[in-house]
Amino acid sequence: MSSSKSWVTSHNPDANNIFAIAGVVIKELYRRKDFYVLFALVVLITVMLGSLNFFNDDSIVRYLKDACLLLIWLFSLVIAITTTARQIPAERESRTIYPLLAKPVGRGEFVVGKFLGCWLACGIALLAFYFFFGLLSASREHTFPLLVYFQAIWLHWMCLGIVVALALLGSVVFAAPSSNATICFIVVLGILFAGGHLNGVALQIPGFRGQLVYAIYFAIPHLEWYDVREWIIHNWGLVDWLAWTGASIYAVLYTGMLLGCTWLVFRRRKLTL
Amino acid sequence: MNTVVEIHDLRVEFPSRELGQRSKLAVDGLNLQVSSGEVFGFLGPNGAGKTTTMNVLLGFVSATSGRASIFGVDVRQPIARQRIGYLPELTYYYKFLNTEELLRFYARIFHIPRAERDRRIDAVLKLVELEGARRRLIKTYSKGMQQRVGLAQALINDPDLLILDEPTSGLDPLGRMKVREIMKRLKEEGKTVFFSSHELGEVETVCDRVAILHEGKLRVEARVSDLIQQYQCNLEHVFLKVVGYQPQS
Repeated sequence: MSSSKSWVTSHNPDANNIFAIAGVVIKELYRRKDFYVLFALVVLITVMLGSLNFFNDDSIVRYLKDACLLLIWLFSLVIAITTTARQIPAERESRTIYPLLAKPVGRGEFVVGKFLGCWLACGIALLAFYFFFGLLSASREHTFPLLVYFQAIWLHWMCLGIVVALALLGSVVFAAPSSNATICFIVVLGILFAGGHLNGVALQIPGFRGQLVYAIYFAIPHLEWYDVREWIIHNWGLVDWLAWTGASIYAVLYTGMLLGCTWLVFRRRKLTL
Repeated sequence: MNTVVEIHDLRVEFPSRELGQRSKLAVDGLNLQVSSGEVFGFLGPNGAGKTTTMNVLLGFVSATSGRASIFGVDVRQPIARQRIGYLPELTYYYKFLNTEELLRFYARIFHIPRAERDRRIDAVLKLVELEGARRRLIKTYSKGMQQRVGLAQALINDPDLLILDEPTSGLDPLGRMKVREIMKRLKEEGKTVFFSSHELGEVETVCDRVAILHEGKLRVEARVSDLIQQYQCNLEHVFLKVVGYQPQS
């Protein structure tokens, strides 16, 4: 193709489109009120709990940290799932996908851009949440273990990467964002609470059903590995760096696989709902 | 003149969702060529296959058989869309962005350098007369203004080919006039415009050539002046005759 416009010949499908799409997703997050409401709720509930003194217990700070981290985990999942679940259906419903894909943007770039935007937006939200948690913890314990927080935020963010990729896959399979979000919440909470115990359950079930539970144990993404709240609450120090690296690689592989599936489904999908 | 759009033996079938039902044939063996600098009207009654053909050209829908290319590049390649501007029939844009942010986003996708980006944004906003509202969120715009945002985004990359799907649909007479003026100006600049419309008076005024599609098949492809001379009536009556409309007396 020849043209007098310099940018025409310089086009090469690369990260540019992905980052441009991701930028719009991040802009959407900070222009919506969801995050601010959830952040205010974390602050409000934690401060209210901090003002109470149960049974003159000296270790109240641990309960406070536990409650605050639980809220951070819960609300970060809410942000990740609800933000991601609406992305592609909203583009299809409002038809904003038409002018976008009429430009030199591939469907793969579109999917990865949406993922990156949601994941980065979750990262920004996590930084704000953990900064508040760090301040709260420092005000009571007079320490700020930066490396421990770095490990925890990183693992939490990696876990949200899998959750975002899962919700994105759900958004091209299920037409309604609400049904996708509900299913994602059930699956993610199910894995977080029961995923690590499935192998134990499988041992107690004989025959084919036991093997099936084993298969599920190995097939599901083990999100519970990324939950290091206990380390922070009880000041157990750093997580083994080898385990930390292994968990990160596992998350990257799982996220990549889920994004690949999303692209396979989406590349032949009709653009309108 | 160079060929800008080339469609060869295009066939698009949509599988039926119901068991036992035959698939729907939307486009049947379409052959079409649009040359550089032409304003080409793509006409047909609702369900004739116009939007499906446009969707194939834009890579939204895969052809069952046949091929289509833009500037000699297969439409299945995203790079084929580097030199085109597209205005959909119903224009909705990210409501949480303002027009300047929206145009900056699209300009970035075209790899337009930063300095050039600002110049292009200023130029298209001036063309569509939205300079005063550039920092207002799109959700506060009227329908006519949103349609002009659509035109601005279609022109951001200074495209050599514009694909417009019913660009004046739902606009008031003033809005239509403005869109028509912009199309005329683009024609003077030597741009190729490929557009569908049900406003046949408008098509007659603006277009060099037209194609009339009916039930997925190409019925007529000719210069507007030649059609009017051949049928001895205006384009609306030509259209009605071509699609076989019989008035009930």
